[in-house]
Amino acid sequence: MSELIIRTQGLTKHYVLGSETVKAVRGVDLEIEEGEFVAIMGPSGSGKSTFMNMIGCLDTPTAGEYWLDGQKVSDLSDDQLARVRNGKIGFVFQTFNLLPRATALHNVELPLIYAGVGSKERRRRAQEKLELVGLADRMDHKPPEMSGGQRQRVAVARALVNEPALLLADEPTGNLDSVTSADLMKQLGDLNKAGQTIVLVTHEHDIAEHARRQVHLKDGVIERDFENKPVEAAV
Amino acid sequence: MLLFEIIAVAMAAVRANILRSVLTTLGIVIGVGAVITMVALGEGAQQRVEKQINLMGTTVLTIRPGQQFSFGVSRGDAQMSVEDAEALKAGTSGLLKVSPELQSRLQVAYLRWNSNNQMMGVWPEYFEIYNLGLSAGRFFDEGELNGRRRVAVLGHAVPGQLGETPGELMIGQTIQLRGIPFEVVGVLEEKGDAAFFRPDEQIFVPQSTAQFRVMGGRDRLNAIYAATATTAELDRAFGEIDRIMRREHRLQPGAEADFNIRNSADLLATFNETNETFTMLLAGIAGVSLLVGGIGIMNIMLVSVTERTREIGIRKALGATKAAIMTQFLVEALFLCVLGGLLGVGLGYGAAALMTRVAQWDTVVAPSAVVIALVFSAGIGLFFGIWPARRAAILNPIDALRYE
Repeated sequence: MSELIIRTQGLTKHYVLGSETVKAVRGVDLEIEEGEFVAIMGPSGSGKSTFMNMIGCLDTPTAGEYWLDGQKVSDLSDDQLARVRNGKIGFVFQTFNLLPRATALHNVELPLIYAGVGSKERRRRAQEKLELVGLADRMDHKPPEMSGGQRQRVAVARALVNEPALLLADEPTGNLDSVTSADLMKQLGDLNKAGQTIVLVTHEHDIAEHARRQVHLKDGVIERDFENKPVEAAV
Repeated sequence: MLLFEIIAVAMAAVRANILRSVLTTLGIVIGVGAVITMVALGEGAQQRVEKQINLMGTTVLTIRPGQQFSFGVSRGDAQMSVEDAEALKAGTSGLLKVSPELQSRLQVAYLRWNSNNQMMGVWPEYFEIYNLGLSAGRFFDEGELNGRRRVAVLGHAVPGQLGETPGELMIGQTIQLRGIPFEVVGVLEEKGDAAFFRPDEQIFVPQSTAQFRVMGGRDRLNAIYAATATTAELDRAFGEIDRIMRREHRLQPGAEADFNIRNSADLLATFNETNETFTMLLAGIAGVSLLVGGIGIMNIMLVSVTERTREIGIRKALGATKAAIMTQFLVEALFLCVLGGLLGVGLGYGAAALMTRVAQWDTVVAPSAVVIALVFSAGIGLFFGIWPARRAAILNPIDALRYE
C-alpha cells in the first residue's frame, strides 16, 4: 500500500458574509494516495474552490483536520503554511500567475529563493525543469513574450522545481485553446506516470477524463468518487 | 542569502519604474539638500565670526555707555567722557592699555577727490589694543595727542577711496576732514573685514584733535577700549574697570551700572547663541520638507503595494513568509530614501558652493551634518515604509491572487 499524500477528516469551511454564514464546505473526508491523478469536479458554488484553497494550504478550515504528506497542517499559522506550500505543493493556476517582469528562468527559481537554495543550485534546477517542459530555448523570455501554452508550461516547471509532494492544478486549461489544452493534459499525464501525485480542479468533463479518478463535489460535500476508465488504453 | 535576494528584488522594482522612483525621492532630495545648506550657512557664519574675533584680539574689553537709572527709572543713555578713560588709565597702570573712541562720520577731501568715512578720535594705545600694523609712515604719538595736532593715520582702503595708490604716496599729503586740513602720517596694513570692527575704511586722528578741532569740544564717547596683555588677566581687569567706572560715575554700591563691559569672548558667545537659534530654525523648516518627502514615499509605497497585489499573492503562494514580503517593501522604501538622501547631500554641497560664489556667504558643510541627514532619511524610509510594507505582508494570498 502506498503512502497517503492527502487525508482530510470532516473538513469544513464556513464564511460569514454580513449577517449570513455561508457553509462552503461541509465535512469532506477524502484520501489521496501517492501517485494518484485526481480530478476534483463540481459546478460553481459546489465548494470546489474553497476545498482546493484548503488542500493547497492557502486557507485554513473552520473545522476538521487535514494531513498533507503525513504532516497535520489544518492548524498551522500563516507563516508555517507558507513554508508547507513552499516545500510540498506546486501550483498551476488558470491565469498562470507568473511575474510579468521576470524571465521564465527567474519565475521558475522563485520557490527556491524562498526555500533558501543557493543561486547556482537554483539555476541548475530551474533549467532542468524548463528543459523537461520543453522550454530550453525560452528561458530568458519574459511571460508577455510567450504564448499562453508556453506560459502555462513555465508555470508547470515552477510547480515542479521544489519536487513537491502534491501538484495542484486549478483550472489549468481555462485560458488555453483545445490543442494546447490537450498538450498540457498529456504533459500532466506523463508527469503522473513518472510518479507525480496530481490534483486537478476543473469543471470540464473532457479535461477530468485525463485523470484516473474523479471526485465530484456538490453543495460542499462529496457527491461521487470513482475511478476513470484508463483513457490512454482506449486510444 | 535570502536577504540578499530580497534586496535584489527591491532594487529591481525601483529600477523597473525609474522615473517614478526619482520623482518619489525628490521630496527627500530637497529636504536633505535644504538641511545641509542651512547648517552649512550657520556653520560658515560661526567660523567667520570666530575668525574675526580672533583677529580683533581676545584680550580686548569694550566699555560702552548703558542706560542711566535714577531710583530705578531709566533716564536714557548714559554718557562716558574722556575723564573716564583717563581715570581708567591712571587707576590700572600696567594692567591695561586704554583708549577712548570718539566717532564721527564725515566728508573727506583730497585734491579733487571726495569720500565719506568714519573719523576715529583715539589715543596712540588704540593701535596696540587692536594690534594694527602700518604699511607706510608712522602712528601719531603722545606728544601729538597732547598738542592736538592735526595728523591722521589712514585705514588701508582709504588711499584708494581718495584716488591715490599705492598708500605710501599719501604720506606727508594733506587731506581735509570736514574742511579742516590734516597731515597724513601713516597708512595701516590691511586688516580685513570684521562685523563689528572695520578699520580698513576708517581714519584715525588724536582724540583731542577730534574733540576740539573737529567736533567742537563734544566728548561723548562711543566706547572705551582696554586690553590686557594676557587672557588670564581679563577677570581682574574686568573688576578694576567696574570699580573705577562706578567711582567716576558716582554710583551707589549695588546700584545698576550705567555702562557695559564686554569682552570679545562674550561677544562670540552672544553671537553663537543667536546664530545657533537661527540655524536651528532654518534647519527645522528644511526638516519639515524632509517629513513631507517621507510622506510622499509612503504614498507611493502604498500605491506600489496596491499595484503589485497580484505579485504579492504569487510570492506568498510560492512560499514567501510575511517577514520576506515585509522586508522586500521596507528595503524598497529604505533604498528610495537613502538614494534621495545621497542626492540631497550632493544638492546641499552644490547649493552651499553656489551661495559662497554668488552671494559671498561663507558656508562650511560639516561631515556630521551629512551623516545625520543620511541617517535621518534612512529613518524616514523605515518609519514611512513600515505601514505599506505591513499592508503588503498581511495580504491574504487567495484574495491577492484573484486581484485584477
